[in-house]
Amino acid sequence: MEPSLLIIAIFVLGSLAFVAGRSRSVAISQNIGGIRFLNSLPFYYGTLTAMWCAIPCFAVLMVWMIFDDIIIRQVVVASLPADAIQAAGDNTGLLLSQIQNIATSALGGENSPDYMVAAAERLTGLQEVSRWAMTGVILVCAIVGSLLVWTKINPQLKARYKVEAVFRNFLFLCSSLAILTTVGIVVSVLFESIRFFAKVPITEFLFGLEWSPQMAIRADQAGSSGSFGAIPLFTGTLLIAAIAMIIAVPCGLMAAIYLSEYASGRVRDTIKPMLEVLAGIPTVVYGFFAALTVAPFIRDLGISIGLDNWLPISSESALAAGLVMGVMIIPFVSSLSDDVINAVPQSLRDGALSLGSTKSEVIKQVVIPAALPGIVGGVLLAASRAIGETMIVVMAAGLAANLTLNPLDSVTTVTVQIVTLLVGDQEFDSAKTLAAFALGLMLFIVTLSLNYLALHIVRKYREQYD
Amino acid sequence: MTKPSPIKQAELVQKSLAKRYAAEKRFKAYGIASISFGLAALLVLFIEIFGGGLGGFRQTEIALEVQLDSDMLEVYDATNPDEILAGNYYGAIREALKKRFPDANDRRSRRALYSMVSVAANYQLRDMLADDPDLLDTTQKIWVLADDDVDTYYKSLSGEAYAERMSDQQLAWVQDLVDAGEIKTVFNTRFFTDGDSSEPEMAGIRGAVLGSLLTLLVTLALSFPVGVAAAIYLEEYAPKNRLTDFVEVNINNLAAVPSIIFGLLGLAIFINIFEMPRSIPLVGGMVLTLMTLPTIIISSRAAIKAVPPSIREAALGIGASKMQMILHHVLPLAMPGMLTGTIIGMAQALGETAPLLMIGMVAFIMDTPNSIMDPATVMPVQIFLWSDSPERAFVEKTSAAIMVLLMFLMFMNALAVLLRKRLERRW
Repeated sequence: MEPSLLIIAIFVLGSLAFVAGRSRSVAISQNIGGIRFLNSLPFYYGTLTAMWCAIPCFAVLMVWMIFDDIIIRQVVVASLPADAIQAAGDNTGLLLSQIQNIATSALGGENSPDYMVAAAERLTGLQEVSRWAMTGVILVCAIVGSLLVWTKINPQLKARYKVEAVFRNFLFLCSSLAILTTVGIVVSVLFESIRFFAKVPITEFLFGLEWSPQMAIRADQAGSSGSFGAIPLFTGTLLIAAIAMIIAVPCGLMAAIYLSEYASGRVRDTIKPMLEVLAGIPTVVYGFFAALTVAPFIRDLGISIGLDNWLPISSESALAAGLVMGVMIIPFVSSLSDDVINAVPQSLRDGALSLGSTKSEVIKQVVIPAALPGIVGGVLLAASRAIGETMIVVMAAGLAANLTLNPLDSVTTVTVQIVTLLVGDQEFDSAKTLAAFALGLMLFIVTLSLNYLALHIVRKYREQYD
Repeated sequence: MTKPSPIKQAELVQKSLAKRYAAEKRFKAYGIASISFGLAALLVLFIEIFGGGLGGFRQTEIALEVQLDSDMLEVYDATNPDEILAGNYYGAIREALKKRFPDANDRRSRRALYSMVSVAANYQLRDMLADDPDLLDTTQKIWVLADDDVDTYYKSLSGEAYAERMSDQQLAWVQDLVDAGEIKTVFNTRFFTDGDSSEPEMAGIRGAVLGSLLTLLVTLALSFPVGVAAAIYLEEYAPKNRLTDFVEVNINNLAAVPSIIFGLLGLAIFINIFEMPRSIPLVGGMVLTLMTLPTIIISSRAAIKAVPPSIREAALGIGASKMQMILHHVLPLAMPGMLTGTIIGMAQALGETAPLLMIGMVAFIMDTPNSIMDPATVMPVQIFLWSDSPERAFVEKTSAAIMVLLMFLMFMNALAVLLRKRLERRW
């Protein structure tokens, strides 16, 4: 049976098991004077039976789906003639995919060598066997599992405790998915990065000044420089992020101050959602806006005031990307600062006002110092976001890895390079592909430290006013 | 040190007052200026997108007297689907164009003439003939789809004419058509019913919308149950220990990890290790699930926290077990808050592009996907692809697609707000 059909079958069997378990418990309770003499409600007996029916089935299904392909491949490769394996050398994967193609295509491999056709037949045969065996094993699991519980149902069986234990474990598994994800990120990125650093020394990657990841396909090809110095990417990322922060931090902070300290309730209720619309717009829209409207505008402006005589002006400037990114981050900064400003108790403000300060003096000398840790935390989170932002820079910043601080020139960023290196088909052992994972590792480390630092600052320096 | 007398101090304060009030006004003005800057940026963005995108919902058509001659079409039996499929419609359209503009007499001008009508005209003719076989060997006046260059030029006529990709001869022909009333714009239904195409006038977003829908379905089916379960565990069961702290730190950090990192994870784990196919909504949905889970967990925890302890204690007091207390009382009361958080998470997932680029959902796919295992693309990626295309006509298509995407997002956010207002209880 197909896996999707099998899943439906398991659900049906589970429901049947539920009904069977429930009715058996009800039937047993009739002999002893009603369901109140049972340890648990009939529902729990049914659920327990259904769990014993379905959970082993899903476990078997999952393990089977992961391993059957691998095992079948091993068997097929082992059955190939020795000289064919020798000829393929490291490329048994290629050989296998050829065999797979023969097996799935209608042509039946007319021009292929005999041993391949034989292997293809073997492959289809084994897959068929595996399918049927899986169906059989799962059905047996379902029946044995439910019968095991069903026969044991008696008034003393603590069905509810068991069901609740399973429920609790399921909840725990779900919450530990967060750890699994983090581990998955670290392992996948780290593993590929280590392979990259085996090809390119880590010092060259971290301190090299030239980035041109074009690797030659053949060793004798011209232009096979393939230099992986990431400094131009780091400076480009920092330049764009800095421009974005220069826009977003003052704007976001002042907007939050105005909205929480000056604006009337009605103004606040209308303006705040409007500003938050900015946060809800997809980044790809900002990227389109930056590339189509802002970048040409900045280039024309720069040329019209004659800046191009001194500085190189590119149509894909860092300024355009940074500016638009800054606009995107404004609501992020403002809502985070808004929260901490509102957390400053009113008594502090009243105290300062009663001493004769003006409102702006209260804000500058009392509210902001009191809220500073929170604001710094928010700014750090915003910086981490600016560094990791992808679509705006992919669409509006360039690909040229210039080592420059001129905001009108084209620079490239870490995220842009990850995207350009990985989009399209790639092989997993070229340094070019692996470089993307090394860049990803850098990005992950930097954003993680910024996040951690931000949370730490907020937690450590939070003033307790209660 | 002698203290200044109170009178002198008052004078000092008086003197500084003007300055302080000016500072106060300036400070307030900075606030207003920042807000205005943000709102102005929003306004410019919307004007730019909507101004550019409205044209994408209209398309130009040209009227042609097409002779559906059976010898020309090489179709002799219009009820035979094989013959219909193999017909030479291009020839019939070329003949019609030659007849309409006899001044195109050399090879170059003829090629320019033929290029004014879209390839889609052939399919239009074919479908027409398949629907009504009696039309064979008649002459019909048909509105055929114009090429994207003609389309761009004709739409720009009302303002600043954009004729860069048109020859003078073509411009004269368009003028001729305008004078004869044989060119018009109609509502672009193709945009909503077709998949992607390399020809701008034939490109539609149906494939991308369906791809987004399938991807979101996978995301919702995975992230809602898992997110709610994780939130329940952390709020109701988790003991205060190191492991729980570690889980919490992880969730908070994952919420701030750049989305492209999740794409790298998907590429390395799902595609490289588990060898799942590229570009399918299943993998896309799984990657987006990992990305939106922190959002859903955090908002679900807030919703559970908002349920007052008295309700829990009352349930436990009359003999409910912990699981019964949670499933029968806490969860139904916290559900509106959880759903709001989930919708916001889904809106986030709908607008996400970068991680999907990593797992290959950028392929050029003309077919509309039918299942979560079919190669597909999603709306933001489609926008990215179109914005990268050199044809000018794709600019307005991009803006139009953005408008559709924003509409979906607005709908989802409005739903979230409505849900919160209607169902949320204050204790």
